Amino acid sequence: MDYKDYEVIIGLEVHAELSTKTKAFCGCTTEFGGDVNTHCCPICTGMPGTLPVLNRKVVEYAIKAGLATNCEITRYGKQDRKNYFYPDLPKAYQISQFDLPLCVGGHVDIETENGKKSIGLTRIHIEEDAGKLLHDVIPGKSLVDFNRCGVPLIEIVSEPDMRSAEEAKAFLEELKSILECLEVSDCKMQEGSLRCDINVSVRPFGQKEYNTRTEMKNVSSFSAAYRAIQYEAKRQIEEMEEGRAVKQQTLRWSDEDGENYALRSKEDAHDYRYFPEPDLVPIVVTDDMIESIRALIPELPSAKRARFVSEYGITDYEAGLISASKSMSAYFEACAKLGAKPKTVANWLLGDIARLINEKNIEFADMKITPEALVAFIALIEKGTISNTAGKKVIEIMFETQKAPDVIVKEEGLEQVNDEGALRKIVEEVLANNQKSVDDYRGGKKNAIGYLVGQTMRLSKGKANPQTMNALLKEYLDAME
Amino acid sequence: MKITTEEVKYVANLARLNVTDEEAETLRAQMADIITFADALSEIDTAGIEPTNHAIKVENVLRSDTVKKSYDRDELLKNAPAKQAGCYTVPRIVE
Amino acid sequence: MDLCKLTAHESMDLLAKKEVTSQELTRAVIERIESVDKQVESYITNTFDYAMETAKAVDAKIAAGEKLAPLEGVPMAIKDNICTKDITTTCASKMLENFVPPYDAFVAKKVKAVGAPILGKLNMDEFAMGSSTETSYFKKTKNPYDLTRVPGGSSGGSAAAVSADLAMYALGSDTGGSIRQPASFCGVVGLKPTYGLVSRFGLVAFASSLDQIGPLAKDVTDAALVMNLIAGHDEMDSTSLNVPETDYTSELGQDIKGLRIGVPEEYLGEGIDEDVKTRIQDAIKVYEGLGARVSYFSMRMSKYALPAYYIISSAEASSNLARYDGVKYGFRAEGFEDLLDMYKKTRSEGFGSEVKRRIMLGTYALSSGYYDAYYKKAQQVRTIIKNDFDAAFANYDVVLTPTSPITSFKIGEKTTDPMQMYLADICTVSINIAGLPAVSIPCGFDKNNLPVGLQLIGDSFAEKTILKAAYAYEKATGFSGVRPSL
Repeated sequence: MDYKDYEVIIGLEVHAELSTKTKAFCGCTTEFGGDVNTHCCPICTGMPGTLPVLNRKVVEYAIKAGLATNCEITRYGKQDRKNYFYPDLPKAYQISQFDLPLCVGGHVDIETENGKKSIGLTRIHIEEDAGKLLHDVIPGKSLVDFNRCGVPLIEIVSEPDMRSAEEAKAFLEELKSILECLEVSDCKMQEGSLRCDINVSVRPFGQKEYNTRTEMKNVSSFSAAYRAIQYEAKRQIEEMEEGRAVKQQTLRWSDEDGENYALRSKEDAHDYRYFPEPDLVPIVVTDDMIESIRALIPELPSAKRARFVSEYGITDYEAGLISASKSMSAYFEACAKLGAKPKTVANWLLGDIARLINEKNIEFADMKITPEALVAFIALIEKGTISNTAGKKVIEIMFETQKAPDVIVKEEGLEQVNDEGALRKIVEEVLANNQKSVDDYRGGKKNAIGYLVGQTMRLSKGKANPQTMNALLKEYLDAME
Repeated sequence: MKITTEEVKYVANLARLNVTDEEAETLRAQMADIITFADALSEIDTAGIEPTNHAIKVENVLRSDTVKKSYDRDELLKNAPAKQAGCYTVPRIVE
Repeated sequence: MDLCKLTAHESMDLLAKKEVTSQELTRAVIERIESVDKQVESYITNTFDYAMETAKAVDAKIAAGEKLAPLEGVPMAIKDNICTKDITTTCASKMLENFVPPYDAFVAKKVKAVGAPILGKLNMDEFAMGSSTETSYFKKTKNPYDLTRVPGGSSGGSAAAVSADLAMYALGSDTGGSIRQPASFCGVVGLKPTYGLVSRFGLVAFASSLDQIGPLAKDVTDAALVMNLIAGHDEMDSTSLNVPETDYTSELGQDIKGLRIGVPEEYLGEGIDEDVKTRIQDAIKVYEGLGARVSYFSMRMSKYALPAYYIISSAEASSNLARYDGVKYGFRAEGFEDLLDMYKKTRSEGFGSEVKRRIMLGTYALSSGYYDAYYKKAQQVRTIIKNDFDAAFANYDVVLTPTSPITSFKIGEKTTDPMQMYLADICTVSINIAGLPAVSIPCGFDKNNLPVGLQLIGDSFAEKTILKAAYAYEKATGFSGVRPSL
């Protein structure tokens, strides 16, 4: 058999930290950062006699996420204790939801090269985050920091509906854009506010039943998820090809090593002894509550995407990329409102700016160029003050320094040269030094003019107007006939 | 229902308690007594009866999302049996 | 006048009339503790300095002509599973031997706010698991009526202290009878309120769905006054009920003519000591004499309350006590190899055998494969028992039973067989399972001159009804006025 003979089955459990101001069960701030153990109180550190009281926003946000992903909202929800010992879990149980989660059913629609597909959701439930263990501060010890402990999460559990790493990535991206758009989670992956557990199994095409799956815990970026799935699927197929059974186990994906490590198997790992949390009372959701939350749901990315195409005339592909990010969507629309050509804005956002963001590994929301600055920048190009080539340099400096584009143009001396006498001098010099290209052109290879234009731009340090250059070169070359 | 010493040891591990073989046997006998006593519950037909988790009916107790001042760290850590660098410490965990 | 023998309301009257000062009252009780508690051993921690300072502040208010709040300046003590800021709260366990809470329980705040001199923290069964106070890591409290016998439990320190005049009143907690049974054994009044009436915030949890804080007092009036102080809504406890402010003394002294009292036959049948039965039957006659209408009825499901109770309480306890792992507070064992070893050594050395037994039982009942047969089943039985009580309260205002099937037993008599000890709770656990209020009041003595307790159970929030009935009986018999000759 071959890899192509196997089908990969993927299910995801996505944990999103909710962007509430306070923790799930106490009034401590959820603000990221802060010195260790300074966002804590007796409740979130599990001191004896303390009791939890649920944050109203946690319920609202979970229901909002459920409504936006087409879930049914449970009318009678309860919370349960999931019992296990670990130093990052101060009560030795996590308050979660077992059999009556707030949202059930639902789906998220994705699009990949293979077309559109609907990925089913099993459930969305609320739970609390654990604290953080620091292993490398003091030799021989692990340190416990409870700042994140008790921060509310929603866990979104998908059906095992994905069949490739591409689909899993598309699902995660769509889900992220929905949660961001709802403002229920800031989805900052660097801060761990969005992470997922990935269940993978493989089976020969045509087989109905699922094979044994493995679980990869706490994968914290989409590209890591993609690589982890590819690696794990390949590994499982190899195991099966060599006649070995895939063991059910929990793995930790190391993105640096490009490898999975088995977590030390704990024989009791799955006996969580769930039971109803006696310190918390049932959550009863009424029609009124649901409707008032529904009214708060803004335009979702899929609707926005369609609108961007029809309203701004950008391509579906561009609209898809922009609408996936709430902050980029808002930015894009702000630029359009300020009078910039939407198409040009999209080009810069998805071209140079996206590249810079990627290189710097930051979130779009943290990008420092304001819409006003970008619009002013685009205007400089449209007016012919700078060339497109010089523009690439300007945008880079804007990204780094937040200086105004006209200031950068002056400081760097990047104004486009439009003086015909100066341009003619450059053309003459280029023609004199590139006899081969001149001959090629005259021999019928009209493409050779591109090279010559490039040389004039180089000589002018990008300040020449390329259209003018092209015209002048043609004039000279044709005159040689 | 019968309970074996293996089950006693499994449960002890879940509860993070050490039991010697001797203790496991004593516990097995004592737990068996109590469990046999509890098996009386199986005499009752509970089909269709909702379990009661709370004796008194209260619903939707929710608090507003308003930040309260967190505790002073020294005050929180003052009862910790081992602490360093503002943290609780435990033996190094190999994951 | 021996000031320490006063009830709380008598002390209040004298304070109001300026016939005594709070410092005199407090000093009298402290002196009593210093002379008698060596024998009774009811206190784990003394806070005499705090008590005297508080008393001094109260006296300054009196001197300034200010009117005192009820119970202000009346010295009292608190069971050691109720958190008190900056005062060690041990739960009578090695695990929390040095635990100093940085916060006050809701009730501790109330007591402090009213200016009650707190004398100290009272002994109990470890983590409130037990019916004799013998599982305390620190000491064995004695019954003031017979120092060779137990005071009952788990609030044995609270009951013994009140009985022996070592506190004007005390706070206890009741999960399956832990206020009422020791009150009965020590001849004092003990009230377990409706679940949710008193905040559990700061009460170190044993079984969260059953635990309630309540008073142990020298008479019914004091119990009602303490309820006025500690009941009330608390937004820090999700299970705390938001009910209108109530004066629990308002119906004391009212006529009980026509009061419908139901006596479940099962509570006077097999397993109930003959002397106890006789005293209860005497009490029934007293009630009939007072014009109450007493009738017998059957609560056939009551025998299932005890197994259901042990499953539910142990399951919740196994989870509630998992946090004692040597990381954040409390005991940590020495000489461990790694984290798992640290957990196991800490928990094995830090907990006593009864606590470990309950953790084991509860873990077993929740573990995979047994949840439906035990925990879920027990919660369904809980529904049935609740329904039984609902039916009973359709016909009766008060349900009357013995508080305990037996009177106080010898220290060590029942420690070897856990089942024997558990059977001592047979009359009290169903009340916790149903979340109802019940009061235990003294109703005479057995052949060994040991107190017998009468339990009056009310419908949810019917504290005033059972207190009215208890008060009428107390006035008719005077048993609450009897104190041990210590």
